[in-house]
Amino acid sequence: MSEAPTKKKIASFLARHLRTAELDGDEDIFAAGLVNSLFAMQIVLFVEKEFSVTVENDDLQLDNFRSVNAIAGFVARKQAALAAS
Amino acid sequence: MECATFDLTGKRAQARSIKCVVWDLDDTLWQGILLEDRQVTLRPGIAGIVKALDERGILQSIASRNDARQALAQLRAFDLDEYFLFPQIHWNAKSSSVQAIAQALNLGLDSFAFIDDQPFERDEVASACPQVLCLDTAAIDTLLDWPDFTPRFVTEDSRRRRQMYLSNLARDQAEAAFAGPAAGFLATLGMVLTLEPAAEGDLRRAAELTLRTNQLNTTGDTYDYDELNALRRSPGHLLLIAGLDDKYGTYGRIGLALVERGAEVWTLKLLLMSCRVVSRGVGGLVLAHIMRRAKAAGARLRAEFVPNGRNRQMLITYRFAGFQEVGQVGDRTLLEHDLAAIPPDPPYVKLVAPETARDT
Repeated sequence: MSEAPTKKKIASFLARHLRTAELDGDEDIFAAGLVNSLFAMQIVLFVEKEFSVTVENDDLQLDNFRSVNAIAGFVARKQAALAAS
Repeated sequence: MECATFDLTGKRAQARSIKCVVWDLDDTLWQGILLEDRQVTLRPGIAGIVKALDERGILQSIASRNDARQALAQLRAFDLDEYFLFPQIHWNAKSSSVQAIAQALNLGLDSFAFIDDQPFERDEVASACPQVLCLDTAAIDTLLDWPDFTPRFVTEDSRRRRQMYLSNLARDQAEAAFAGPAAGFLATLGMVLTLEPAAEGDLRRAAELTLRTNQLNTTGDTYDYDELNALRRSPGHLLLIAGLDDKYGTYGRIGLALVERGAEVWTLKLLLMSCRVVSRGVGGLVLAHIMRRAKAAGARLRAEFVPNGRNRQMLITYRFAGFQEVGQVGDRTLLEHDLAAIPPDPPYVKLVAPETARDT
């Protein structure tokens, strides 16, 4: 499955909420000081709802959420695990 | 009628916590009918009641069928106009006025009381909004003694509540009008977060926060005044209270942190923030401040978390700040941070906290 549509959805979600131009895939939204804890929560909920995956406590690592590419990679891993089970 | 009407025998099912009182004007707040009588006079004692409710943090508004310009001028003449938020003075149904006020204040109708001398108006409101407590003017004289109008906590923040609603309204309008990025809007606010050891005068509000805050609360542990007073004085604890201000005014005392300070391990027993500041990104600042202090004291930093179904955002705050789960005791998750990398503070909030030299 191609990651392109996933990345596109994530990028436009982030851009809409941050009211910025679309981000580069690897741009660290946390390091840029763009994310407060409410928005962090919204990102987690978005990922769960949009991609039908469950974010477990162990998944709550910044490395899974810090950029468009990081989130897309996380979603792909979760979906692959789901498909394998 | 389905509404909780005033029962003169005093046998009402259950006291509720009224957060907003909506007043009629003619023959209720004042005696006489503005558009018919040459002169109206204030109901005796009413100014004191309006001011007392305001001090208790109960908001007030108006639902009157009247000429808006004249009615507002009369309220000004009585020196009471500032006490009423979003007054609804027009010829539409009063139920629509009460609903408009509830929406503007973002409060549930079940926390509203409506006072009117006309049975027709009370019935109309009660029929459309059965959750509203509808009262005749006969109730006014004893209103301040009713449990429904007696909040459990009256604090400095209660007295500021009306002003805080107004500042918030100005903020929301500014945010809606702001065209740039979200972080850019926050930068325009000029936020200042004050973080200091809780003083005795803060304890009532601190106790209230532990009881009322569910969503932005890491453990849900509640503490009463005496417990907090003991913790405040305890050398083995750190009890910090946070206040937030910006160019529109104050948000009041909006956060609390309790740290147990051992020689080797500091444990964050409680971190909570009021929902008032949910979109302001200040919880992370409090956390980073405590991380820096623990590191300076040469201690490890642990934190406890108890899920309540609504506080996942706080777990995310801990986890994204770099805390890792290290254990579980009952329903209590233990997390620990290695303090190697402490997240930087966002650029749009200025942190004011006293010196930390005493930690070591």
